[in-house]
Amino acid sequence: MKRSINIWYGIDKVTILLFLAMVIMGWFNIYAAVYNEEHKDILDLSQRYGKQFIWILAAIVLAVFVVIIDTRFYEFFAWFIYAALILLLVMVLVIGREVNGARSWFEFGPVSLQPSEFAKFATALALAGYLTNHKQELTKLRVIIPAAGIILLPALFTAMQPDMGSTIVFFSFFIVLFREGMSPYVFVSGVMMLVLFFLTLLIDNLYLEAALLILAFLVTWFATKKFKVCLAGLVTLILIGGSLYLLDHFVLKSLGNEIVIFISLIMTGIVFAYHVYNKKAFEVLVIYLFLLGSVIYINLVDFAFNNVLKPHQRERVEIMLGFKSDPHGTGYNLNQSLISIGSGGFSGKGYLQGTQTKFKFVPAQSTDFIFCTVGEEWGFLGSFIVVGVYLFFLLRLVKLAERQRSMFARIYGYGVVSVLFIHFFINIGMATGLVPVIGIPLPFFSYGGSSLWGFTILLFIFLRLDATRAEYLI
Amino acid sequence: MKDSFTNRKYVIITMIVLASVALIIRLFTIQVVRDTYRLSADNNVLRYVTQYPARGLIYDRNNKLIVFNQAAYDLMVVPAQTGNMDTSLFCTELGITVENFNERMKAARSYSGRAPSIFLEQISDKTYAKFQEKIFMFPGFYVQPRTLRKYSKPVAAHILGYVSEVDEAQIKKDPYYKAGDYIGKLGIEEAYEKVLRGTRGVKIFMVDVYSRIKGSYADGNMDTLAVQGADIISSIDLDLQEYGEKLMQNKTGSIVAIEPESGEILSLVSSPAYDPELLVGRERSENYTILSADTALKPLFNRAFMASYPPGSTFKPMNGLIALQEKVIVPSTEFGCQYGYLFVACHSHSSPLDLEGAVMNSCNSYFCQTYRKILENPKYGSVSEAFERWRGYVNEFGFGKKLGSEFVNELPGLIPSASYFDSYHGKNGWKALTVISLAIGQGEIGTTPLQMANMTAAIANRGYYYIPHIVKSIGNNKSIDTSYTTKHKISIDSANFEEIILGMEAAVNGGKGATARIAALQDITVCGKTGTAENPHGEDHSVFIAFAPKENPKIAVAVYVENSGFGATYAAPVASLMIEKYLRGEISFATKWLEQRMLDLNLIDRDTVNETQH
Repeated sequence: MKRSINIWYGIDKVTILLFLAMVIMGWFNIYAAVYNEEHKDILDLSQRYGKQFIWILAAIVLAVFVVIIDTRFYEFFAWFIYAALILLLVMVLVIGREVNGARSWFEFGPVSLQPSEFAKFATALALAGYLTNHKQELTKLRVIIPAAGIILLPALFTAMQPDMGSTIVFFSFFIVLFREGMSPYVFVSGVMMLVLFFLTLLIDNLYLEAALLILAFLVTWFATKKFKVCLAGLVTLILIGGSLYLLDHFVLKSLGNEIVIFISLIMTGIVFAYHVYNKKAFEVLVIYLFLLGSVIYINLVDFAFNNVLKPHQRERVEIMLGFKSDPHGTGYNLNQSLISIGSGGFSGKGYLQGTQTKFKFVPAQSTDFIFCTVGEEWGFLGSFIVVGVYLFFLLRLVKLAERQRSMFARIYGYGVVSVLFIHFFINIGMATGLVPVIGIPLPFFSYGGSSLWGFTILLFIFLRLDATRAEYLI
Repeated sequence: MKDSFTNRKYVIITMIVLASVALIIRLFTIQVVRDTYRLSADNNVLRYVTQYPARGLIYDRNNKLIVFNQAAYDLMVVPAQTGNMDTSLFCTELGITVENFNERMKAARSYSGRAPSIFLEQISDKTYAKFQEKIFMFPGFYVQPRTLRKYSKPVAAHILGYVSEVDEAQIKKDPYYKAGDYIGKLGIEEAYEKVLRGTRGVKIFMVDVYSRIKGSYADGNMDTLAVQGADIISSIDLDLQEYGEKLMQNKTGSIVAIEPESGEILSLVSSPAYDPELLVGRERSENYTILSADTALKPLFNRAFMASYPPGSTFKPMNGLIALQEKVIVPSTEFGCQYGYLFVACHSHSSPLDLEGAVMNSCNSYFCQTYRKILENPKYGSVSEAFERWRGYVNEFGFGKKLGSEFVNELPGLIPSASYFDSYHGKNGWKALTVISLAIGQGEIGTTPLQMANMTAAIANRGYYYIPHIVKSIGNNKSIDTSYTTKHKISIDSANFEEIILGMEAAVNGGKGATARIAALQDITVCGKTGTAENPHGEDHSVFIAFAPKENPKIAVAVYVENSGFGATYAAPVASLMIEKYLRGEISFATKWLEQRMLDLNLIDRDTVNETQH
C-alpha cells in the first residue's frame, strides 16, 4: 500500500516560502524594535536581532531534520512525545526558572527553553493519534472525554506555571474536535459562554436574563412555528415568577431575585415536560436547557468574577471592556501599543523611523508586541500585508489539511491551523485592543528561540506528512 | 476513507476569514480613520522645551543700564517619567529635605503626570553646574534655563516694579501666559510688559521612554527661536534717582522731578524704598511678605502717585493764575492782612501785599480774598457755577483725575465738584466762605506728588504740560505712545504765568518775608512755593514745589516730607538739592552743609527698626 516518494518533490513550496517570508519579516522588525545605535549590525550577537538570526538558522536546521524523519515515526511515537512533554511541563513547575512570578522556563546556560511551546505540537500529535484510532466517533461521550483530556492536561500544567496566554492556546484544539465531528452545540455553547461572560460583567444580571428569555421565546417560536404554545410558556413563566417574587417580597424575604428566577424556570420546565415528551419537541428541550444553563452560568460568572479572579486579572478584563481607563497602570501596554500602531497611519513612518518603537514606549515589543513595529513603521499598508500573508498562510494550511488521505495527517494539520490561528488572532487582536492583553507571541515574527522552534517543528511535521501523503492509498 | 464532516471546513475557513477581516477593519479604524494616536505618539516622544526669551533691558536717560538679566535654571520634572533614583543624593545635591522633595513631587503630580512642571525654581549657576553632571541619574528631570532680573544699583524699585511668575488668575485672563511664565508687576515692568517680555520660542526634542533627549526633532526645522524683549530707555536720571533716595533716607515722603518741556519723569522717589533685588527669584515671596508686613512705613506703598495729600499753600500759585485769568484781580491788586482773614489765620508779614508779595509771603488772607472773588464773580449766576469754572481750570492742570502716566495704579486724587457740596450743604446752601479753605489748598482736596510736580511743570512751561511719563523710547527707535507727546494746553494766558512766576522767584530769592530762601542757589534762579499739608493724624507734611532755571526751565520738582511741619524746613532744601544735582551734576560748596544736614536728618522714630534698608 505504500510508495516511496521524493520528499523534496512532494513538500509544499508555497508554505515554505510563506514560512521564510514571515521569519525574515519578523527578524527585520525585531531589528527595528530593539534597534540600538551602538550596535547597528543586524548580525550583532549581543543584541536580540543577532540572536534571532541564530534562532532562525537553528530553526531551519531543525526543519530539515523534522522533514527527514519518517512519517511513521510521528505516528508511532506521538504518544511518547506527548508523554515526554507532559513530563517536562511537570518538571518546569519544579525546577524551572521563575520570571515575573511564573515558572515557564528551563535554563541551560545561555539558552532558555519554554516547554509549553513544544507541548503544542506534541498535543497535536497525540490528538491526531487518538482520533485516528476512534474514527469519526466524536459524537460519543466516551471519545469526547479522553480527547478533551488530551487537550486539557497540558493546559492544566501550563495554567499552573501560571501562563494564561499559553493555556488559552490549548483550547484552540477544540476547533480540531469540531472538524472531526464533535457536536456544534458544544461549540456554540463555548461561544455563548464567552459572549455571556462579557455581557454579565457589562450588564445587570436581571436585564441580561430578561433579554435571554425574550431571545429564547423568539427562537422557540421560530423553531416550532407555534406561537400559542410559546406564549403559553412565557405567560406560565411570568405567572410563576411573579407570584414567587411577591411571596418572597412580602413573606419569605430570603430568596433573592436569582433564586426566584431559577425556581420559576425549573417549575415552568416541569409544567411543559409532558408537552415536550408528548410532541417529541426536541428543539424546545434544547432551547430550554440552553436558557437554564445560561442563567446558571451568568450567576456563576458573576460570582467568579467578584470572588475568584485576582484583582489584576479583574482589572485587565475591565480595561478591555472599557469599564476602566488607566493609561499608566495596567492599560499602559495596550495604550502605548495602540498609539504605536495608530500613529503609523496609512503608509507608516518608515523603517527604523518609528518613534514609539525606537524610544521603547511599548514593553515587550520584540516579543508579544512585535506587531506594533509593523503597525508603526509600515502603517496600514504593512499591517494589511502581514494580516493578508497570515490569512493566505492559514487558508493554505486548511487546504493542505483537507487534501490529506491519512486521517492522522489531516487531524494534525488542523491542529497546526488551530494553534497558529489562535496565536495570530489573539496576538494582533491584543495589540489593536480587540481582545484583552494576553501575552502570546506572533508565530514566526516574535523574538524567541523556543516559540520559533516550537512553531517550526509544529509546521514542518505537517509539511513532512503532507509531502508523503501519496504513500497512503485508500 | 469516509469523512462525513468535510463540510465543516467551510465553517473553519469562514471563521479564519472573519477574524482576519475583523483585524483589518480594526487596523483601518485606528490607523487611517482616527488621528488621535498620531498626536499621542508625538506627545510621547516630543518634548517641547519652551525657549524663554530674555526680558528687555531698561536703561536710564543717559543710557546707563538700570535693569539687566542674569541666568538661572528651573529644574523641571515630568512625574510619569521619573523612575528609581537615589532620592537622598538628589536632595543633597539641591540642598532640599526629603520631606520637601516629597511635597514638591506631590505638587507636580497633582498638576500633571505627563506634562512638565517646575520642580525647583531658579537654581543658581553653582548648584546647576554640579547638578548637571548627575542629572542622568534622575530620569524625568531636566533643566530649563531662565533669566532673572538684576539691578545695577539698589534704587528705583518703585519705578521699575518687579517680575514674578504668573498665577492662575492671570493665566485665565490672558491666554498668552502659561504656567511658569514670568510677568511684570507694577512700575515699568507691568506697564511695558508686552514690550519687555519678548516672544517665546520652542525647541522640539525627541526623547525616549526614559526621557533622555535623543536629538532635535526634524533637524530643528520646526523649532522657533525666542525673540528677546525690546529694550527700554527710561526717562529716569539714574544718578538723580539715587541721590533723591539718599536724601529721603530715614524720612517718609516722596520726590517727583519732571523735565517740563517733555513731561519726562527724571526721578520718582517714594521713601522708604527697598532694594529691587529683594523681589527677585526664590526669595521674592518671602521678602514680599516681610515688606508688606511693615504696616508702619509701608515700603511697598508708592507715595509718589498713590498717596493723596491736601496740597496746602503750594496750591496758591494756581489759584492766583485762575484769578488773573478770570480777571477778578490784576497783579497789582492788594489785600490787607491782619494775621489772617476771618477764621483763616496767617503769619506775620508786611501788609497790604500785591500778588507777587502774597506768593512770596504765602499770605493766606490774600488768597482767601482772591478765592472769594473767583467764586463770587458776578459773571456767573451762582457760586456753584463759578466754582465749576474754577474746577475746570484745576482739572486742566491735571488734578482730580488720573494723569495717565504709565503707572497703572496711579491715583486720581480729589477735587470735589459743586454737587458734592450741594449734597453736603443742600443746593445753594453753601457760599464762597464755606469752601474758603480750598483757597489755601486745604479741606476736601487731595493731590498726589506726581500731580503737584506736573502742575509745577505746567507753570514752568507757562501754560502747558505733557503727561508725565517714565519711558523715553522703546527698542530701536520705537516711539512711545502719542498721548505722551501731545501737548496739554491750559486755558490761561502765558502772561499771567509770568506774574505768578515772579512771586515764586521772590519766594526763593526775595528779601524779607520770602518763605523759601533756604532753597536759593548760586547762579541758578529757582522759583518755588512752600506748602504745609495739614495732617489730621500727626504733624503736618512739609511740601515744596519748584522749578529752575526761571528762564527755559529744565526741571520741575515736587517734594513731600511727611510729618515734618512747615514746607521750608525740609521739603525746600531737598527740592533745591535735587535741582542743583540735576542742573550742575554735583552739589556746590555753598550748599554742602545743607546736603549734609538733610542726609543726617532722621525723621523716622528711633524705635522703628527699618528692616528693609540695607
